[in-house]
Amino acid sequence: MNPENYLILAALLFAIGAVGVLVRRNALIAFLCVELMLNACNLALVAGSHITGGLDGQVASFFVMVVAASEVVVGLAIIVSIYKTRRSTSVDDANLLKL
Amino acid sequence: MLLETLAEPVAATGMFTLAWTMIAVPLVMAGLLLLAGKLTDRWGHLAATAAVLWSFAIAACLFGEQLMRPAAERAVENHVYTWFTVGPWNFEVTLLIDQLSILFALLITGVGSLIHVYSIGYMAHDDRRRRFFAYLNLFIAAMLILVLANNYIVLFLGWEGVGLASYLLISFWQHKPTAAAAGTKAFVMNRVGDLGLLMAMGTMLAMFGSTSFADVNAGAAQLQPFWATAMGLFLLLAACGKSAQVPLQAWLLDAMEGPTPVSALIHAATMVTAGVYLVVRSHAVFEAAPTAQLAVVVVGTVTLLAGAWIGTSQDDIKKVLAGSTMSQIGYMMLAAGIGPAGYAFAIFHLLTHGFFKANMFLGAGSVMHGMNDDVNMRHYGGLSKAMRVTFLTFAMGYLAIIGFPFFAGYFSKDHIIEAAFADNFFIGLCALIGAGVTAFYMTRLMLMTFFGEKRWLKGVHPHESPKVMTIPLIILALFSIFAGLLMNWWIQTWLEPAVGNHAHEVSLIPTPVGLATLLVVALGVAGAWMVFGRKPIPATAPQTSNPITIAGRNVLFGDQVNNFLFVGPTKVVARTADAADAQGIDKAVDGAGHAFAGLSTQLRRLQTGYTRNYALTMLWGVLIVGAVLILGQLG
Repeated sequence: MNPENYLILAALLFAIGAVGVLVRRNALIAFLCVELMLNACNLALVAGSHITGGLDGQVASFFVMVVAASEVVVGLAIIVSIYKTRRSTSVDDANLLKL
Repeated sequence: MLLETLAEPVAATGMFTLAWTMIAVPLVMAGLLLLAGKLTDRWGHLAATAAVLWSFAIAACLFGEQLMRPAAERAVENHVYTWFTVGPWNFEVTLLIDQLSILFALLITGVGSLIHVYSIGYMAHDDRRRRFFAYLNLFIAAMLILVLANNYIVLFLGWEGVGLASYLLISFWQHKPTAAAAGTKAFVMNRVGDLGLLMAMGTMLAMFGSTSFADVNAGAAQLQPFWATAMGLFLLLAACGKSAQVPLQAWLLDAMEGPTPVSALIHAATMVTAGVYLVVRSHAVFEAAPTAQLAVVVVGTVTLLAGAWIGTSQDDIKKVLAGSTMSQIGYMMLAAGIGPAGYAFAIFHLLTHGFFKANMFLGAGSVMHGMNDDVNMRHYGGLSKAMRVTFLTFAMGYLAIIGFPFFAGYFSKDHIIEAAFADNFFIGLCALIGAGVTAFYMTRLMLMTFFGEKRWLKGVHPHESPKVMTIPLIILALFSIFAGLLMNWWIQTWLEPAVGNHAHEVSLIPTPVGLATLLVVALGVAGAWMVFGRKPIPATAPQTSNPITIAGRNVLFGDQVNNFLFVGPTKVVARTADAADAQGIDKAVDGAGHAFAGLSTQLRRLQTGYTRNYALTMLWGVLIVGAVLILGQLG
């Protein structure tokens, strides 16, 4: 199969993720969309790695997975604590850190 | 041509190692009186007087020791400490006590002591008397630094010191705006002169790598004419500022705002004489630069006539004396400019002038003391009976200044006039005319003050001053009589090792020039009597259309000329600079500030706090970066 199709799929996934982050207010959904974008990146990296025949992209995608896992730990903790104090997971309600 | 007569200074021994205390004691006393405050109010004036008497005692001892030594060992150098070292230059604080500086030290401390004693009485009722004495001591110390230095840098220290002290003293009664302004004026005009001395020192450092008198004197003969002339003119500018010579003379008459003992100190013993000292001290430079020498003679002659002119038409007794100081200093500058023939006479006249002018200034102070501080001579008259001692001592000063035979000024001034005639007939003639005018205005002063009818204002009861004031007057009067006789045959030989050899025969029998001088002086006295002695003096200055009188009353329009040439243009420049600062620089800086403030207010709006907003911004960023990359690839 043409490896470029993977890249097109990755672009589509990323676009869906980005739109999700922009339009959804629920922090959990936004978070899932971020994961979607990360996965799209991983797919692109692996596809690129396959095209060039090296292992660089594979290694990079492995790092992205590690970072994503760490991010989930921190991010979920923040979301849970926001929910506990405010009874809401809307990202628009949590705007106290602006200037 | 005269350098071979200069003896190398010998190292200080015995008494000479104490020379530095001459300066240190008054200086420390000034500091003590200023710092200790009211604690010293009761005895501060006595301590200050004692400090100057100490300096005088040391000076007298040193002088005595010098007299006993052979001529070659009279000049003594006393190294105090190394001031600082910069690159190849080494600046030492060294005192040079030679034949010239010891005479100055004696005059400064001697007359200074008398003025201190007199001030005890004169300033008795001033609640800031302690401060006054502190400033007087500071003045004495600074002036001693000036004359005892062996190089121009240390001299400059004293030079600035007397500038500061004169500022403090002239504006001593600072609650009067006129006194404050007079102090500032003296200070500023002196700074103009100081610039000259600074430039001269810079030239010396560039040419000789040293500012010590010995190095400058030794190097001057090999100097290129251009640099010698430049150095001479710079030194002349310095002398003009300090000694109130044309064109920097305008501060002197205003300086009369200070207490009278200050005028006596500045005019007779210290500051105003510093210019003459500088020129005589730098004689080697001037001998290498005939143009500069000529300039000194011209400045001296012009000032001598200008000062006398001013003296003829002032009604303020102190301003007459101030004009007279200008004029007499003009004589000294003239003598100093003539060259070797005149140096000793310049110093001679400086010393005799120191005595009789101090005498007359203190006498004028005594008159003011009796007249409730009125200085207008038109309100005096008939004081010869009311103030006997003051009158008699003042009369001695008067006879000395007009050059009455065998009084102090007779010897010193006649020598200068003779030397001037020997140098140039026209210059001699100017000096001769000056002598006549001096006799005219001093006689006018005597007639208006001590003779004629009483023109006292209501409530004035003239009385003789206390003994503490009259005794210094009597001592100074004795010097006004005998100082000339005492030094006439001696001073040339004494000063020869310091200022060079110049045989000038002196005798008691008047030369033709001396006889002419006596005649001119007699004419001056007679003229004054014709105008002011025969008819009553009006209580206000009469209207006159005589241009000479009008110019004299207005101090030859010196202030107007200065205002037009310097003050006005400077003000315009200052206003323009101020406007440029306010309109240009301030606005530009403020504008930049406002621009950033506005920009930041706009940028702040982007910080909404909504996560999705930031995400959108980031997305836009990514898209733009991506677009740029892709378009870059395509291009």
